[in-house]
Amino acid sequence: MPAPATVTLDGDTTIVVTRDFDATPAQVWRAHTEPALLQRWLLGPPGWKMHVCEVDFRPGGSYRWRWRNLEEGQEFGFDGEILEYDPPKRMVERQTYIPGTVGGEMGTCENTITFTETDTGTHMVTRITYADKATLEAAMATGMTDGMEMSYALLDGVIADAA
Amino acid sequence: MSALDRRFAALSDPTRRAILERLGQGEATVADLSGIAPISQPALSRHLKVLEAAGLIETRIDAQRRPRRLRPEAVAETTQWLAQLQQMAEANFKRLDALLDDISPEPKDQT
Repeated sequence: MPAPATVTLDGDTTIVVTRDFDATPAQVWRAHTEPALLQRWLLGPPGWKMHVCEVDFRPGGSYRWRWRNLEEGQEFGFDGEILEYDPPKRMVERQTYIPGTVGGEMGTCENTITFTETDTGTHMVTRITYADKATLEAAMATGMTDGMEMSYALLDGVIADAA
Repeated sequence: MSALDRRFAALSDPTRRAILERLGQGEATVADLSGIAPISQPALSRHLKVLEAAGLIETRIDAQRRPRRLRPEAVAETTQWLAQLQQMAEANFKRLDALLDDISPEPKDQT
């Protein structure tokens, strides 16, 4: 069983997420890029579903992700632009939060995701970099001050960065 | 400015981060802290004031001494968001762990 993910701050504008997986980089890459697979794990709290997962993963490509709370019907999402695409090792994307009916401010961030082969599988590092300190602060403030359900929804969106 | 904004603003300065690091080892007076950076005592006092206004440190009154120390609650609040993020990420990654066994390394034709 892999060790739990680590989430740390690096400087004023970057969040770093690391995780190991007991699978090859090729397998982990597929899970991060194929819509049918993404929709099976990138969910967040119980009751939320990723009901839209349109992807066009290639350099210059894009994606459109939307989540919906099945009970209350609230929605939020992320739109992404693919800046670099080098399977199964590295992807760089620019991601914009779509508040939908959930609200909140998270702005745009740039995510660099790398998968490195290890003795036991794959080591993933995701660096989530906001344009400036104020944007990261807004993201954190939203997550900390609003209702639990909403912060979960927003945080779930941030996890999409880790995807 | 919200409490959180003040906290991040306070943390944005390298001298103030050095002060927090030093206080992380235990409380210290202004005199104790004077060696951490080549700055005047008034400048050091201003930095301490910013940190205290942000709720990151507090002053203890001990006879003639006024040692500063970290506010443990503040440190906990600042890390709370990252802890929530970690929990959400880990829940997703656990689902991914279960899924990976069934995924072949060969990419599926997406056309």
